Amino acid sequence: MSVLAQSFAMVFDPQVLMVMVLSGAFGLFVGAIPGLTATMATALLVPITFFMEPIAAIAAIVTASAMAIFSGDIPGALLRIPGTPASAAYVEDAYRMTRDGRGQEGLGALLVFSVIGGVFGTIILILASPLLAEVALKFSSFEYFWLVLLGLSAAIFVSPGSVPRGLVALLIGLVAASVGMDNPTAEPRFTFGNVDLLGGISFIPAMIGLFALAEVLRYLVRGHKLGAPLRPSTKGLLRSQIPVIRRYPKQMLRGNITGTLIGALPGAGADIAAWISYAMSKRFSREPEKFGTGHVEGLVEAGASNNAAVSGAWIPALVFGIPGDSITAIVIGVLYIKGMNPGPTIFINQAELINALFIVFLLANLLMIPLGWLAIRASTTILAVPQKLLMPIITLFCLVGAFAITNSVFGIILMLGFGILGFLMEENDIPIAPAILGLVLGPLLEQHFITSMIKSDGHLLAFFERPIAAGLGIFTILVWCAPLVRRILFRRKEALT
Amino acid sequence: MDRRTVLPLLAAAMTLAGWASPALAEYPERPIELIVPWGAGGGTDAVGRIFGQILQEELGKPVNVVNRTGGSGVVGHTAIARAKPDGYTIGVMTIEIDMMHWQGLTDLTYQDFDILALVNADPGGIMVAEDAPWKTAAELRDAIKSSPPGTVKASGTGQGGIWHLNMLGWIMSEGIPIDAVPFVPSQGAAAGLTDMVAGGVGMVPSSLAEGRSLIEAGRVRALASMSDERQALFPDVPTLKEATGSDWKLSVWRAIAAPKDMPAEARDKLIAAIEKAYNSDTYQNFMKERGFGLRWAGPEDATAAVAADDASLGEVMKKAGLAK
Repeated sequence: MSVLAQSFAMVFDPQVLMVMVLSGAFGLFVGAIPGLTATMATALLVPITFFMEPIAAIAAIVTASAMAIFSGDIPGALLRIPGTPASAAYVEDAYRMTRDGRGQEGLGALLVFSVIGGVFGTIILILASPLLAEVALKFSSFEYFWLVLLGLSAAIFVSPGSVPRGLVALLIGLVAASVGMDNPTAEPRFTFGNVDLLGGISFIPAMIGLFALAEVLRYLVRGHKLGAPLRPSTKGLLRSQIPVIRRYPKQMLRGNITGTLIGALPGAGADIAAWISYAMSKRFSREPEKFGTGHVEGLVEAGASNNAAVSGAWIPALVFGIPGDSITAIVIGVLYIKGMNPGPTIFINQAELINALFIVFLLANLLMIPLGWLAIRASTTILAVPQKLLMPIITLFCLVGAFAITNSVFGIILMLGFGILGFLMEENDIPIAPAILGLVLGPLLEQHFITSMIKSDGHLLAFFERPIAAGLGIFTILVWCAPLVRRILFRRKEALT
Repeated sequence: MDRRTVLPLLAAAMTLAGWASPALAEYPERPIELIVPWGAGGGTDAVGRIFGQILQEELGKPVNVVNRTGGSGVVGHTAIARAKPDGYTIGVMTIEIDMMHWQGLTDLTYQDFDILALVNADPGGIMVAEDAPWKTAAELRDAIKSSPPGTVKASGTGQGGIWHLNMLGWIMSEGIPIDAVPFVPSQGAAAGLTDMVAGGVGMVPSSLAEGRSLIEAGRVRALASMSDERQALFPDVPTLKEATGSDWKLSVWRAIAAPKDMPAEARDKLIAAIEKAYNSDTYQNFMKERGFGLRWAGPEDATAAVAADDASLGEVMKKAGLAK
């Protein structure tokens, strides 16, 4: 008990609390700017944390990264500029809600379920870290191959229209993902001798182009027929979520669990978690036809999953010093600097520090409610701008965001190209979401397939030789075959009657 | 010319002079850009940012760290070399500069830079899983020699990446054919180590610092360090020379480099500031706590070290068929 009291005293120090509020505001600000990511916010904080006490330093990073991940959803909901590949899973629903004048409900859901997911992930982090880290350590390229394939299969479930159109979009994403030399053979592909293309197509500029610039182009063509999105009020933002929680408790819990488990795998993370959760939500929903048209159900499950995964990523980081995502990769460095060396013994040897870290986690997620509310309130003012001015502003955001990620004009060119592509796709009823999924997961699929093949000397059966891989493989194949089997059964039933 | 025109003119001339004179005398008079050719959050980024922070205090002007990523470091290194040589753009150079031109990715070599200092070096190592049958590097070597090719596989970086070359350089120095140990490409050392612990590959030839937490957790065993002396952080791990008698050595380093032909004044000031920053407690502590190796070399020594690695890596890459 005295250890816990000591930990509380460490966190509820005025200086630590002030650091949390300031870094929280900083994280919200950075995350809300399209193109600037939570990773960027964390990296920028590191030189400053060097001069802080251990707990203050960790608190700054935890708070800033959690806030940045949430606020990355805001431009997605307001302007259709998704901040992260994870938030791209549900950006369409969030944006449509804003257009339909239900922005208050959409933004409220993003905030509340981000908090719930973050808190749930933290509780699992506190209770089951060593156990889950052991499981995570059993995952090699064979297991990840199946997991990524499962994530890609989500494309079929998330595409709103027909399956073939979803497949076309997925293939567009996969083709774009094959550019560059960051593939297992390190052989430059489709680069046409261009140095910039060596690094491949970075997905932030592509995503900004596909979603946001395409929307601006559509406004140019269609103009006033679209109508302006309404500025959401922040009145009752939080209260509006109570009925949502009541209506979708199962979805919320499922998102929390999926997110934490996938987040705890070092090779997976929030992106895959959000997409799988969104697909799962649609698959098991009673009204799947509403997904993608401004339906809150997918936001609940994927939004919670996304943030739970961010907490889950700390599990392998704390127990084995293995980064679960780019943020925890930075965090591990900071932990070492502050003398909190990651390892299974950290929970015993440094109990008061680790407890303080957990308290910081919970506090940061709770702090997200007031700070997130303020951020939503401040950022919705952008929709008060007349649409004629708003569209150039969005274009400006697109340009800055595309430039910021690699600091090069090439990002802008990519963004413009993908903007035109996105416009053409949507004009022809080809959904955008599966293309993003292909772009994000394509490189992972290739990498895990090739490395597995090298390891097994080319024997395909190796994908079923390890117990977890076999389980995941059979599950993936079942998911694929389920619609087929159902159709056959349905036909037989029809024939009988 | 009456007084009404003369006075403002005089005032303007004085303001101009006052504004311009420090520019003539003092470098730096505006912010400096520090280019990092790798992504935010990685090891090079961490070193670049802490260095930028200290350099800022030394020079009294902001030092902005800019990540110019892509193309396996080609994009960022090119940006450093092609910048205006006025002392306001410098960058962190990494060992990839000694590899990318052999691979045929670019014409850029270390000779296109003014290398100001070497500020860090991490020796390569040999790591195996704790449940692996080999207790020493010599046992591992003998196992590779006596079993059919492909029995032991290695991982820890991309195809043709620095740790791949480290492994090739080592087995070549032991007289083992290069196809004896197939390399499984991975996204960085952490991914390779995880795969090794999960039973996917036999060894990871990355720096020991990258496996520190798993070594301390008792999941990974360090067999050797490819350095002249044992590492302070791992005093029980023998050098490769001690372990197998091989003369192979390889360290990944980070250098501060600038475009060629900088004004002498800016160059001298920068070198002095970099040396001061390197010796500061902040930098020394940061590197020690992070587990990064400390190594200092001034402009001439640094250039010589970079040139030596360029030659030895080129040789390994040519023999392994990785050079174009």
